[in-house]
Amino acid sequence: MLEYRVEIALWAISGIIPFFMLNIWTNNNLNEAINISNLMLSRYFLCAFLVRQFSVVWVVFSFEEDSLMGKVSPYLIQPINPFFRYFAQHIAEQITRFPFAFIIVFLFFIFNPEIIWIPNFGVLLLATISTFLSFLIQFLIQSIVACLCFWTEKASSVERLLFIPTLFLSGLLAPVVSFPEYVKSWIYLTPFPYLIDFPANLLSGNSTNITRGFFMQILWILLLLPVFKKIWSLGTKKYTAMGS
Amino acid sequence: MRVRKYLKVYSKFLHTSLASELEYKTNIIIDLITAILSLIGSIFLLSIFFQNNNRIGGWEFEQALIIQGIYTILNGITNTWFNPNLTEIVKHIREGTLDFVLLKPIDSQFFISLKKINPSGFLEIILGFCLLLYCIKINQINFNLNILSLFFITIICSIFILYSLWFFISTTTIWFVKTWNATEVLRSFLYIGRFPLNSFSFSLRIFFSVFIPIAFITTIPSEVFLGLSQLWKIFLEILVALLFVSTSRKFWLFALKFYSSASS
Repeated sequence: MLEYRVEIALWAISGIIPFFMLNIWTNNNLNEAINISNLMLSRYFLCAFLVRQFSVVWVVFSFEEDSLMGKVSPYLIQPINPFFRYFAQHIAEQITRFPFAFIIVFLFFIFNPEIIWIPNFGVLLLATISTFLSFLIQFLIQSIVACLCFWTEKASSVERLLFIPTLFLSGLLAPVVSFPEYVKSWIYLTPFPYLIDFPANLLSGNSTNITRGFFMQILWILLLLPVFKKIWSLGTKKYTAMGS
Repeated sequence: MRVRKYLKVYSKFLHTSLASELEYKTNIIIDLITAILSLIGSIFLLSIFFQNNNRIGGWEFEQALIIQGIYTILNGITNTWFNPNLTEIVKHIREGTLDFVLLKPIDSQFFISLKKINPSGFLEIILGFCLLLYCIKINQINFNLNILSLFFITIICSIFILYSLWFFISTTTIWFVKTWNATEVLRSFLYIGRFPLNSFSFSLRIFFSVFIPIAFITTIPSEVFLGLSQLWKIFLEILVALLFVSTSRKFWLFALKFYSSASS
């Protein structure tokens, strides 16, 4: 993984959209209406950036490429689900991303020293766990989508479709608290706010319902896991090898 | 004569790539839904910003929708032409197939930039124009030929700037081999084009007009559309577009000197 340092650095930079959003929010005093101070909002978007960095998933794209190139066949013979391989790749890349993400955080702190805060150990632990759970939810959803490769070959377009609600509803561009009432009434039942909004609120010290957050994260994982197992077993039966 | 030859070649490109894309029909339908959802999503985000404010960076909601429309059109163009072709450059260079392109008796930049087409971006272009038509209605713009021609000039300049940016990034592949992520960086910067430039702080505004001229790409055409733009801004945009196109062309020819094939 360390072979592609430039790549990973670029990947970290490409996640900076939350900072641009923060700029719009604070520059136009939009936060006054939702009762979050500039300071807390800055922390929120910083945390949203971090959570996104450590929960981003691209298993569909890897799997699609492997499946189109016919690389899946040897994986299937191995006595372990190939998705463990992708899982390990993701974890490895997240670890290599640590230094780059922290450089960006460090730069952010230099330009905005008033934002510096140190969450206590408990908060840090809970936030790490919830970020990991968020990663798991996204990994499961994408793995389910990736299994569609067995039927359509090009599953990445389904992923791009799913990415739209993730982008707008997860809290990456605007905190979920700021959403209008007609959205807030149902959004907490979907997995989206638990992907970024919940871990970011937790880490930044904004108010959030911790029990409900963890409960919903675990609930969604428990719901998605059997779906994945089912679609995997159906898909592998359907599988016809491609390429060489 | 040369123009006719290139037109003929291009019609062949269109034919083959449309034929191959239409193989994946469900894909196109999914892409259409994605385009619609994405537009709804960004209008939703915009509506959050305007929930308790009448103006953002001097733009009203109805006016900001124009920027959104222009962004949608340009994004459609990116998805139809730039994205499928210029990601291909990365592949050409990594697998060494750029050799075959260079050997062909045709301009390599032309070949590489226009070979493929992805029809699902068309809907985004249409959606963008529909949104603009709606904007004419709600903003009560009395549209005349003058504004229309200026608008098309600025839009065409935007397309050229956008193309040059993409092409520039893709060209760097010759040195770095894997720039897939670099295009992601560009994508996330371009995302800013959805919002009026004045809604950002001063330093970011400078950054987005000088280094990555997103200001020119969406904000100026929108101002022209509203009939607000000064003439010097339009001239400046034309100048910037010319500058970008010629530099990207030179950069490509320069980069080719460093191309040293791959594998076999």
